[in-house]
Amino acid sequence: MALYSEKVMDHFRNPRNVGVIEDANGIGEVGNAKCGDIMKMYLKIEDDVIQDVKFETFGCGSAIASSSMATELIKGKPVSEAMKLTNKAVAEALDGLPAYKMHCSVLAEEAIQSALEDYQKRTGKTFE
Amino acid sequence: MKIYADNAATTKMSENAIHTMVSLLEDSWGNPSSLYAHGQMAKEVLEKARADVAAVIGASPDEILFTSGGSEADNQALRSVAELGRKKGKMHIISSAFEHHAILHTLERLKKEDFEVTLLDVHENGLILPEEVEAAIREDTCLVTIMFANNEIGTIQPIREIGRICREKNVLFHTDAVQAVAHVPINVKEDNIDLLSASAHKFHGPKGVGFLYAKKGIRLTNLIEGGAQERGRRAGTENVPGIAAMAEALKETSSRMDENTAHLTKMRDKLISGLAEIPHSALNGDATHRLPSNVNFCFEGIEGESLLLLLDDKGIQASSGSACTSGSLDPSHVLLAIGRVHDVAHGSLRLCLGEDITEEQVDYIIKSVKDVVSYLRGFSPVWRDLMSGKARFIL
Ligand SMILES: Cc1ncc(COP(=O)(O)O)c(C=O)c1O
Ligand SMILES: [Zn+2]
Repeated sequence: MALYSEKVMDHFRNPRNVGVIEDANGIGEVGNAKCGDIMKMYLKIEDDVIQDVKFETFGCGSAIASSSMATELIKGKPVSEAMKLTNKAVAEALDGLPAYKMHCSVLAEEAIQSALEDYQKRTGKTFE
Repeated sequence: MKIYADNAATTKMSENAIHTMVSLLEDSWGNPSSLYAHGQMAKEVLEKARADVAAVIGASPDEILFTSGGSEADNQALRSVAELGRKKGKMHIISSAFEHHAILHTLERLKKEDFEVTLLDVHENGLILPEEVEAAIREDTCLVTIMFANNEIGTIQPIREIGRICREKNVLFHTDAVQAVAHVPINVKEDNIDLLSASAHKFHGPKGVGFLYAKKGIRLTNLIEGGAQERGRRAGTENVPGIAAMAEALKETSSRMDENTAHLTKMRDKLISGLAEIPHSALNGDATHRLPSNVNFCFEGIEGESLLLLLDDKGIQASSGSACTSGSLDPSHVLLAIGRVHDVAHGSLRLCLGEDITEEQVDYIIKSVKDVVSYLRGFSPVWRDLMSGKARFIL
């Protein structure tokens, strides 16, 4: 038995949407080096739709895979829909995470939420 | 390429040890406590193993107690000396901040039973100063327990010196030598050791077997009550095949110590200088007072588990002191004890080489680690902040 599912390992080995968006209009960073995982999300939103998303992560295998999967789940989606992303959805899309690694998926959800908040702050819009 | 570089976690059993074990399982499965010949044959094997183990560390056979491994030996050593101390009203114990949890957790338990514990600083280089041991000893100190070699950073303590001080001050001295036995020279008499713990699976013996050396006259307290095995100090029908295989592995590995040390030291130092070329990295623990097999680095800006997973993909099996590999939020207590802050402690890598490591393999490890570290730094927000000057480099 491997520690992680094949899906997790796939997203860990070949993370999607890695990098930086220079003209991002929504940026969120969560976690801290003390606990060992840090995620930074960059969103490019046009007409309230997420046109592009990129991430940078310092963290374990599941942190990297969770960030990658979270970006995939919100790419091309309207902001209002992305707001509903949960860590459970991220973990499920990865075919599950070990119990003690669930916090990494929570971090991915928080990173997306934080970037969306930043977008709302910048635009003065509010989404439910 | 497949390289097992986690020999501090466990080692591959030697062929001789496997052979010893299997042939005993097949032929000599009697109970050593039975009086008929088949039982007595097992008894003979057991006592031969005891004599062999004793000889390797300069003890006498009746000073060796077989246990289920290093953890049990540590527990029993501490409990026993604590009991002796309690009887004399001496309830102070000295140890260090980076002991194995088999020691630290036992000390925690003893604290709940009214013992007082002083944990000595291990300094940035992972070494304890004998004079600090001396200064910490009080009238009511019953025990000093300091590990021979650290399991994460491999630093080797000035054991003989510490032992000498303990003798002078009339305090019992225990050392957890699980990582040291069969890898560095040990003689309990010359090194002034009163009690010593060892574990077979760290020197090519089987798992679940170890021993405790306790100098003649030190009364041990049972952890396991029952039959009269091990002279009444450890109940339970003896694991004869495992014990004999341990003795075999101990003799074999010890007999090659000089050549192993020469080769491993060369490989270790080559690996250390190769990895030191990685910018913003640092060796953990003293460069010379360390096990010949141990290399432990911190790389700033990356996290250890992802490093391990990618090295595993390249065929290199290693370990890390990052929180995410331990399942807790805190990185290794050893790295914190030598003053590494959380941020860099998460990015640690321990490579513990096997005696059969080749120069070519070391080159491959160096290249692989360099590649993986720079790949991970490439999308690390921590690294970005360091490079842009937003955060300050620690290493
Ligand atoms: C320094 C040290 N002490 C004790 C132990 C525990 O030994 P065992 O696994 O045989 O119980 C280990 C093994 O990890 C160790 O490295
Ligand atoms: Zn994590």
